[in-house]
Amino acid sequence: MALSGLDIYKLLPKTNCRDCGFSTCLAFAMALAQKKASLDKCPHVTDSAREALESASQPPIKLVTIGKGESRIEIGNETVMYRHEQKFYHPTAIGILVEDTLIEAEIAKTISEINGLHFERVGQTIGVNLVCIKNSSKTADKFLAAVCRVASATKLNLALSSSDGASVSAGLAIIKDRRPLVICEDQDAIDDFINTALEYNVPLAVTSSTLDEASELTAKAKKLGLEELVINIKAKGIASRIQDFTFARRAALRKNIRTVGYPVMAFTDSGESPQELAEAVSYVLKYAGLVIVKNTKKEFIFPLLVARQDVYQDPQKPVQVEPKIYEIGKVTKDSPLLVTTNFSITYFTVAGEVESSKVPSRILCCDAEGMSVLTAWAAEKFTAETIADTLDKSGIKDMISHKRVIIPGYVSVLSGKLEEVSGWQVAVGPREASGIPNYLRGLR
Amino acid sequence: MPVELIKEKYSGAINTMEIGKGAGAVKIGGETTLPFLFEEGAMPNKPIVALEILDTDPPGRPADCGVTLLCVRLAGIHPDNGNKSADDAVKSLKSIAAGAGMPLVITGCGDAEKDNEVLPKVSQAFRGENCLFGIATQNNYKTLAATCLADGHSIIAESPIDINIAKQVNILISDMGFDPKRIVMHPTTTSLGYGMEYVYSIMERARLAAFVGDRMLAMPFILFIGQEVWKTKEAKEAGEIQGINWEISTSVSMLQAGADLLVMRHPEAARGIVKYIDEMMKGAKP
Repeated sequence: MALSGLDIYKLLPKTNCRDCGFSTCLAFAMALAQKKASLDKCPHVTDSAREALESASQPPIKLVTIGKGESRIEIGNETVMYRHEQKFYHPTAIGILVEDTLIEAEIAKTISEINGLHFERVGQTIGVNLVCIKNSSKTADKFLAAVCRVASATKLNLALSSSDGASVSAGLAIIKDRRPLVICEDQDAIDDFINTALEYNVPLAVTSSTLDEASELTAKAKKLGLEELVINIKAKGIASRIQDFTFARRAALRKNIRTVGYPVMAFTDSGESPQELAEAVSYVLKYAGLVIVKNTKKEFIFPLLVARQDVYQDPQKPVQVEPKIYEIGKVTKDSPLLVTTNFSITYFTVAGEVESSKVPSRILCCDAEGMSVLTAWAAEKFTAETIADTLDKSGIKDMISHKRVIIPGYVSVLSGKLEEVSGWQVAVGPREASGIPNYLRGLR
Repeated sequence: MPVELIKEKYSGAINTMEIGKGAGAVKIGGETTLPFLFEEGAMPNKPIVALEILDTDPPGRPADCGVTLLCVRLAGIHPDNGNKSADDAVKSLKSIAAGAGMPLVITGCGDAEKDNEVLPKVSQAFRGENCLFGIATQNNYKTLAATCLADGHSIIAESPIDINIAKQVNILISDMGFDPKRIVMHPTTTSLGYGMEYVYSIMERARLAAFVGDRMLAMPFILFIGQEVWKTKEAKEAGEIQGINWEISTSVSMLQAGADLLVMRHPEAARGIVKYIDEMMKGAKP
């Protein structure tokens, strides 16, 4: 959170000694606020003032990187409470829990399932990001064996969760190159974990039941030199965790409270599949940087990933569908042809109505930069010329036996011009998509 | 070191509404905070799940899945889907109502002309039952609003993912002498993966506006989750479990954006969401 010139002035010595080259401390403060001067110019500034000024220039929520290379995860560094204020930047990482109490064959099976958890959707590949190995056995041997097995079987990012610093340290010795997240489950072991995380230069998650406790733990770790921290809130009811996530985010964004200015995470607590899914979706929507789930079924993970994709969509950038010909139902050469824009909601609405009309039809989506019909028309992205051009280049002529195209009712003004420039016969469809079923059935 | 928490205190509250009468009546609305932030404000009534059935469904008791409200869509009155008369619609509704023993949400078929012909007769037949009727839109609200006003029902006001039109429809209906506290808003429902986030953000914006005093956005929200979800290929074509999960994920998203009333289709999904709501409400202050 940027400080104003006056805020900075309050932290300066206020002696007007001119050693910085400015005539007054206030003038120097104003220059600092505009980033036209550096604090180093003032030889008299106190350490506490320096610290306050430096922390104010940091992002309010720390960016934490887990893993290395292209598949690494970046979480945190968010700037708003609501996506309509700007957008959410760093999508929640989804991790899968693997307990070290599983036998070798079970681990192998789970990992092979996890490796398959990626999907193609609206032109993007979405998938799980991380495998978390949990030291449920409470023994170092089993933990190490599980770490070795998982690490060799998957390229996904890793997290090590334990209450024993020595076990984690031994695991890190093997997989330090992967830069895993270390999760300290027990507050009493925090010193060991801080030292280990420092030694291997990996991010550390501290676990606590309350934000007050979390704040103490992060302050301690920060003091010892750890920068990349994550706050893991213990199981205590979904609503209560969401409140902690919300309050931490708000305190960091509005008051620049550094000790909670870190990404937050949770392990799901619910057992059965629908309840666990509902819980995980809740955390994704409400500010978690990392959620670790137990279920590895595709039909569980897919809707969770799509919820993440939806809510992290940039509200300023409309989601687009590929501009091309879409066939709805069992089309023939005589089926009607409708034209619309490639704004995803427009397309899906039109496609839904065409489908419910039960009249097999083709929809030609023009590239209108993802705008809806009226917006694209106003911006001259959906004009007689662009539609004619799309008709020409899409290859539609060779797919159908007629030259009749139906345009949205809202752009009926285009019909004359379009007939002229394209040579197609133009029919004006209904204004609202809801009128499409009646319209199409009326064509018969 | 205690963290200095910032708790929002809003001046406005969402309207409270009752649907049905007597012991089975349900209450929605009344929030003074965003969903489930019990440290900040109150959520005096938990969100309600209604199971959706069509009047064309084979007769029989609706599945027992823990819901306390039934939504009947009069799909069979549509000119292309049976073109059932008003008298027949009333008959099938009466028999559904008698078997269900729950308050009713009743919606038309979507054909404006036919809805305007049938819904007034249905409304009269259920006079005094305090049902929730839909769906009024910016271009077609007068007939339904007048009949609901005369027969003592509440009304659903719909807008196309647009906060200004949402407000406009509420104003138009209120201007007819309709009590704003008897209006439920339908901000349009979109499935997970099909623009869910647009509705999510419209709802958050409307809620925040209501909390700082915009009385024409202080209506509870209804979402027709089942209808939208079960149109998608992700729900229909990848096995029943994924469909149920799709309905659950969409419902959770809408609840986290402020939904008061969810109309759901699959009994297993409805059961899951009823459980989820109960779990969330455990945090409520007594």
